[in-house]
Formats: sequence, C-alpha cells, structure tokens
Amino acid sequence: MTQTTVPKAVKTVTGGSAKRWRVPRHVIVFLAPAVIIYTAFMVYPLLDSLRLSLLSDEGVFVGLENIRELFPGGNLSNTFFNALGNNFMFFAFHFFVQNPMGLLIAVLLTQPGLRGQGIYRTLIFAPTLLSVVIVGFIWQLILSPLWGIIETPLLGKTATALPTLSLMSVWQYLGIPMMFFYATLVGIPEELLEAARVDGASGWKIFWKITFPLMLPMIGIISIITYIANLNAFDLIYSVQGALAGPEFSTDIMGTLFYRSFFGQQLQIGSTAVGATVATAMFVVILIGVLVYLFGFQRRVTTYEL
Amino acid sequence: MTATTATTANRGRKRPRVSIAGIHIALFVYTMVALGPVLLIVMNSLKSRRAIFDSPFAFPTSETFSLKGYETVFDRAAFEKYFLNSIVITVVTVAAVILFGAMAAHALAEYNFTGNTMMGLYLAVGVMIPIRLGTVSILKLMVKLGLVNTHLSLILVYTAMGLPLAVFILSQFFRQVPQSLKDAARIDGAGEYRIFWLAMPLIRPGLAAVGVFTMLPVWNDLWFPLILAPGESTKTVTLGAQVFLGQFVSDWPSVLAALTLAMIPILILYLIFSRQMLRGIMSGAIK
Repeated sequence: MTQTTVPKAVKTVTGGSAKRWRVPRHVIVFLAPAVIIYTAFMVYPLLDSLRLSLLSDEGVFVGLENIRELFPGGNLSNTFFNALGNNFMFFAFHFFVQNPMGLLIAVLLTQPGLRGQGIYRTLIFAPTLLSVVIVGFIWQLILSPLWGIIETPLLGKTATALPTLSLMSVWQYLGIPMMFFYATLVGIPEELLEAARVDGASGWKIFWKITFPLMLPMIGIISIITYIANLNAFDLIYSVQGALAGPEFSTDIMGTLFYRSFFGQQLQIGSTAVGATVATAMFVVILIGVLVYLFGFQRRVTTYEL
Repeated sequence: MTATTATTANRGRKRPRVSIAGIHIALFVYTMVALGPVLLIVMNSLKSRRAIFDSPFAFPTSETFSLKGYETVFDRAAFEKYFLNSIVITVVTVAAVILFGAMAAHALAEYNFTGNTMMGLYLAVGVMIPIRLGTVSILKLMVKLGLVNTHLSLILVYTAMGLPLAVFILSQFFRQVPQSLKDAARIDGAGEYRIFWLAMPLIRPGLAAVGVFTMLPVWNDLWFPLILAPGESTKTVTLGAQVFLGQFVSDWPSVLAALTLAMIPILILYLIFSRQMLRGIMSGAIK
C-alpha cells in the first residue's frame, strides 16, 4: 500500500532499474519538442552566428579580423559607433521618459478612491498592440509638413529625427511598464499603506519610503527588458526612415546597421561575415547590460516577500 | 483610541479626495495623447482628399465623406490574404508555444531528474537573448531546409522565440498546482501523461498570459517576414502594410485607409478581450 503512494517520478529516479537512464522516459517526451525546436532554431543559429563572425565570406578562418573592423582604425568603426551611440540615445529616452511615466501613471491609477481606472488602463495600453509599422506611418503622417499640423519636418532634420523616433516608440510602449508597475502596486498590501497613512505620513513620503523600495526589483526588470528590446529595435526606424536610417544616418541603430551589413544597401553588397560580426557585437553589448543588471543591481536590491 | 484613529484616517482620506479630480485630468490628458493619433487616422480615412488637408481635425460630414482610399486598398493589395497568413502563423505559433512550453514547464516543475536545474537554465537563457541576432544563420538554415517563403519557417522561428518565456512563466504556475491532487490521481492509476492534462486547466491564467505574450510580437513582427518570407503568397499583414504604405506614400486617402484596416481588427479584438488580456499580462508580470 505504501508502495503505491510513492510518486512514480521519485520511484523511477531512485529505483535501481534507472541507473543508465537517469531521466525517465515521460520526462524526455515532455521536454523533447521544446528543447529540439529551441535548440535548432534559436541556440544553434546564435552560436553559429558567433562562429561566422570569425570567418571571411569565403569561409576562411580570419579570427578577430572582422571584429577589429568595428573598432577605431577599422573600416566600419565610424558607422558602428554612430549606431551604438544612437542606440544608447534611443534607450535613454525609454529609460528616462517611458519608464518613469509608466510608473507615474500606474501610481495615479492605484490611488484609493479613483473610479474608472480599468477604462484608463485599457485605453492607455491600446497603442502597445499596434504593429510598429503602423505606429511609424501614423506619426509620419501626423508629423508631415504636407499635412500642416506641425510645420517643421521633425523627421527630416538630423538634430530632431532620433529624438522624434524615440518618442514615437515611447508613445507606443508606455503601456508595458505601466501594466507591470500596476501589477506590482496592486500586490502591495493595503494594510501597509493604511498603517503609514494612519501614522500621518504624507502621500509623497509613503511613495518614497514604502512603495518605491518595494517597486525596485520590478523597476530593475523593466529596465533590463527595455534595454534588450531597444538594442534589438529595427522595425520603427526601417519603416519610417528606411534601411539607410536617414537623414545622414542620424537615426541609424544596431538593428538597421545589422540589416544593411547583412543584406547590403544601394551600391554595397551584403556580407554574411559582416552581418554575423555586427550581430556578435550586439550580443556582447546586450550581454554587458544583462551582467550589469544581474550583478550590479539584482544582487544588491532587497526583495521583500509580501 | 478609536476616536483618534478615525480623525487621522479622515485626514488621510481627505487629502487624496481633493486631488482625485487632478488625477482624473492627468489620466484623461494622457489617454488622449495615447488615442488621439489613432482617432485622427481613422477619422481622416473616411474623408475626401481635399477635406483631409483642409481640415484634419474635423469629423467627416456628408460632404467630405469618401471611401476612395478603401477602394484603392482593396483594388491594389490583397489584404485579406495577408490577414489569413498572419492568422495562420500566429494561431499555430501560439498553440505550439503553449503546448510544448507547458509540457517542458510541467517536466521541470514536477520531476526531480538529473540535470533539471541545468535544463531550466538552458531554456531560460533565451529570455535574455534576442533571437534576431541569429538571423544570418537562421536564413542559411531555412535555405538549406528549403523553407524560405513558407509559413512553416516563420512558425518554427517564432515558436523557438516564444518558448523560453513560456517555460519560465508556466513552470511557476505548475509549481502551484497542489501536489496532493497529482498524488491522488496517481493513486487512482493515472499515468504521467494523464496527470499533465489534469494539471493544464488548473493553470489557465498562466496559459492566457503566455498566449498574449506570444501573440503580440508574432503578429506585429516585421523583421522575420521581411527576411524569411517576403513572397506575395506568405506576406503577413505587417509586411503587407509596410510594402503597401511604402508604395502609396503620396496617396494619402489610401494610406489612411490601409492604416485603419490594419489597426481595426486588433483594436476590436482587444476591446472584446481586454479584461482577459490585461489579467493575463498582470499574472505573467508578477511571476
């Protein structure tokens, strides 16, 4: 009788018959489809791209020769650092405008006694669902001097094009941090805030002393998600400014540079090696961000169990 | 004691009440910022070319009403075909991610096998690394497999893309399925596969979250359709809209109509399912 109550899984793992196959067959069946698809179409291509960045287009091993082209003295250095700088600028707009505003709106939505918060939440989240292509064209039309709503060609000037595109993206994605922050805020026990209120703490003080520390882990998660998404961005710039990321490459980011180097542009022929090299560089930049998040932030921030 | 508590509580409650109006104003203003551009496009798509330029902020009247743009869109682009492509790709991907993701998540959450932690980490790494970085090799692979310009190429890539997050979120949900329930089923003689299907309905909020998280980036993606399936027969709505809009930039009524057509189905679906979707996003967010 006791024999039957032992879960099957534990039995197979600890049982003597499973010495060669430490993993029971049903576990393999459960894992196989996900692991196979993930390995074949994600892990393998990523590793293979890293490998390709060490080869020339003819498949000859050239070591770090390709990578060196991206650094000062190399042919692609100016283009690469221009794109990287623009990309960090693009990220800065999301980090300093999108995420704080998302937090602010989430805080406003969770104020006690506010009615209709569900409606606001639903409507403010809506642009997030639209395709970036659509968002790009919507704003292209609205900002077009032809239509005359705005007289200056914001997208046509090198100084204003990148900030304008960044804010278009902020406009679209503000709903995501808002929802994540909202979900965290709703999870903060009302007693905790009520206790502070009874003690006479002001709303401002409650936010900085109680709410904000509790939000920090989520702020970290949102920041790293934003960073990864931004360094991987492409669609918006491509649909509004084209692969050449005009005017004069002022809106060129890593994604558009990657696309151009792999597929070519106008007179320049695309190259597998250069494409893979730019992808490798993006990989490293993203990895640095992830490591900074994991070791510089996540380990130091206190997570409170609520 | 009770009296003082009541007064301080009142004081605490009074202050926000004064600012509630202010909060409403702030939220209303931002809601307009979020929706204004969309409304402007939809409104003007129903007007004649002249009216679009003369008075962009006016509602269409019986004089300015025109469906010319929509006629051009239906004449010149096969949007209904693009929609079908997008629906097929998205539905199959979401189904595959949910099924395969749940199977793997269940295995990780339920069984204590050798290499469980390593396997969990291996699958989780993909949450942090964008699949686009592997594009060079993905294209080579698809060429080799003869899958370029097929729905399958996109489905495979999107499934691989969606799985890491799905496994991550769903294993949290599977861990919360009461052990006693599964053990009871085992005592009744249920096999391990049966137990998986018994646990599935119990993690419905998790499945909804994964569905939303998987669906949106797939439906809206431009990168992979552009690279793996740019052919006319496999074009998705996003790519189709991009190409059409690019060709007709100067034909404002058509562009406005195409934008409206591309937005409306998603927005209608959203308004119907927003409760479930937002709940899904929220339960995924706190995991």
